Order: sequence, then C-alpha cells, then structure tokens
Amino acid sequence: MADWTALWEIFITFLMVGAVSFGGGYAMVPVIEREAIGHGWMTLQQFTDTIAVAGMSPGPIATNSAIVIGYKVAGLPGSIVGALAVVLPSFIIILVVASFFYKINKYAFMKRGFYGLRPVVAGLIFYAAISFALGNGVIPTGLNGIGRETWILLGIFLASFLALARYKVHPIFVIMASGLAGTMFFM
Amino acid sequence: MALTLPRQWSRLSSIFYCFLKIGPVTFGGGYSMIPVIEKEIVDKERWMESEDVADVFAVAGSVPGALAINSATLIGFRLAGLPGALAAMAGVLLPTFAIVLLLAVLFMQWNDHPAIEAAFQGIRASVVALICYAGYKISKTAIMDRMTFAVTVIAVLLLLFAKLHPVVLIVCGFIAGSFLVYVRNRFGWQTKLETGKPDPEPGYMMGDGI
Repeated sequence: MADWTALWEIFITFLMVGAVSFGGGYAMVPVIEREAIGHGWMTLQQFTDTIAVAGMSPGPIATNSAIVIGYKVAGLPGSIVGALAVVLPSFIIILVVASFFYKINKYAFMKRGFYGLRPVVAGLIFYAAISFALGNGVIPTGLNGIGRETWILLGIFLASFLALARYKVHPIFVIMASGLAGTMFFM
Repeated sequence: MALTLPRQWSRLSSIFYCFLKIGPVTFGGGYSMIPVIEKEIVDKERWMESEDVADVFAVAGSVPGALAINSATLIGFRLAGLPGALAAMAGVLLPTFAIVLLLAVLFMQWNDHPAIEAAFQGIRASVVALICYAGYKISKTAIMDRMTFAVTVIAVLLLLFAKLHPVVLIVCGFIAGSFLVYVRNRFGWQTKLETGKPDPEPGYMMGDGI
C-alpha cells in the first residue's frame, strides 16, 4: 500500500524545488537540504550521501536527488512522484513560453532580474559547500575535534578540488577515487 | 500541419528515441549536451538549424528547471506540439531515472557495510569539493562587479545566520536585480547584463544553467 501522505509531501516539496530551480545545478542543494531535513526524511550526512549518489549519475542534481529522496521515503512510487514533481513546473512554464513569448531571454526585465539572481545562486552554492563541510567534519566545529580524520578529509577535499578545477577530471572519477581513499583510510 | 495518425506516431517515437540517446550524455544536465544535440537534431535528423539550437538553450536557461530537460521539452514542442514535448521529456528523463534508481537501491542495500561506510566518508569530502567548484564556476559569470559580489556575500550570511529560506532569497535576488540595475543607471554606471557564451569546457552542469 502506498503511503499517500508521504507521496503528497514529496510531490509538494519537489514541485516547489522545481519551480525555483534556476540552473538545476548545485544551487538547489540548500533548498532540498532544508526540506529533506525539515521533514525528518534524513540526516545531513545521509543527505550528503544522496547528493553524492545524485552527482554520480547523469542528469540534473535536482531531479536526481528527487529520485533518491523519493525512493528512500516511499519506495518506487516515491521516486516516480519526486521526479515528476520536480520537472512539472518547468514543463508548464516551457509550454507557456514557447506558445506566447518565445524570446523570453530578450526581455529587459529578465536580464535585470538575472543580474541579481545570479549572485544569489552563487551564494546558495557557497552556503551548501559551507554547510556540508561543517556537517561532515571537513571543517572541524571545535578545536578538540581536530584529529587524524580531519586531516584526511581535508586532504581528500583539496585533492578533489584540484582534480576538478586544474585537471578537469570528470566528477564521477573524482567521487570514485575519493571513495577508494575513504575505504583505505577509514576502514 | 495536421499529420495523419501513423505519421504522427512515428514522428513522436523518433523524437523519444533521439532524446533517449541524448539522455545519458547529460551528466548533471548541462551544456555538455549541446554538441550531441547539434549532431543528432541538426546534422542527422535535420529537424532544426544550428541558430535555433542556440535560441533553445538561451530560453531553456532563463526558466527554472534543468537545462537538459528544458531544452529537450522545448525542441520536442517545436517539432510536434504538446505530444512532442512529452515524448522528448520522457526520452531525456528515462535513462537518468533508471540509473539513479539503480544506484539508490544499491546504496541503500549496502550502506551499512563497513567498506561502503568508509568509502562514503571519503566521498562526502569530495562532494564538498564538487560544490565549491560549482560555486567557483558560476562566480565567473555571476560576480561581475562590486555590487554582485556584495549580493553573494549577503546571501551567504543570510543563509548562515538568519536561516532564511533559500526560496525567499531566490525571489528577493530577482527583485534586487531590477532595483540594482535601476540604481546603477541613475548613477550612470555601466552594467554588464550579458554573460556571453557559456564555458565550452566539457561542462558537466554545475549550476551553469543561468
């Protein structure tokens, strides 16, 4: 039996995510984080793992995490509802735009709005990074929390960033390599 | 153009199949699919011109939602109306859905295993790096002057300390944009509103949709 209340909550939550997901990338992480943790669906660490799973797959982060979270909360029906809810708002908007004002990006008010929206999106992404770093021990939250683990995590973080930014390694290989490093150091 | 039913169906299925092939390329759903779209839609199927593809991506990036899904929907709509949009969206979404679901199922079966637990401890650190890099990339087009830099800093502070809901911030950002451009115009400051061409680097997404 499907849990209708849970499905409804998944639907409403990801409908909202879909409606504001400009770019569909990591900017949506704080929005989804807020909702997933607020609903008691998962802890911050589980949410980080969700983003890792979402980042390992093709497809947009917002859609992918809707599928993973939907599955965790309500199984296969949950993942279907999550995926549909997250694409529904843009689907409707696309149809309206395509039918009525095709060159929406040419409108001056859109350009002016994006002048302020883009830096906010950058801020959302940086906030997600800070919140994940604090929640997963990459930045120690207290002086006595600094230990072997902190240094290893910091090392993995720096190596990953360098691989992405400097050597343009594809994220999937970065995630896999850091997983290997994790098993080596933490098992 | 009223296509006869069998022709309509064959058109829809070719749209669906075409985007089914493109779907797995959208690692993170970004501009990485542009060359593939050019090859499949412009060169092979001759459904659109190259300039049309540029237009599609400009519009797809200005509305909410992932670039990959938006552009697929838009192309599908232009080719065959609402059924075309549905076929294209289903095609681009389905491979992703299957792969993510498989990974999620595997992950939830095995996440208690000590090796997987240890692996994910390492992976969490690289997810932070992934997000930092996404932020760094979008900053290059988002932070163009002191004002936009200030907006970014204020956004981070409001999220960290005022625990403002991100959605509120997104709406405020859009409104603030209009206001700031107005102020800049009053002072006669030049404002760069175009971001230019997107980074052509094999771009696995990362919030580069806008």
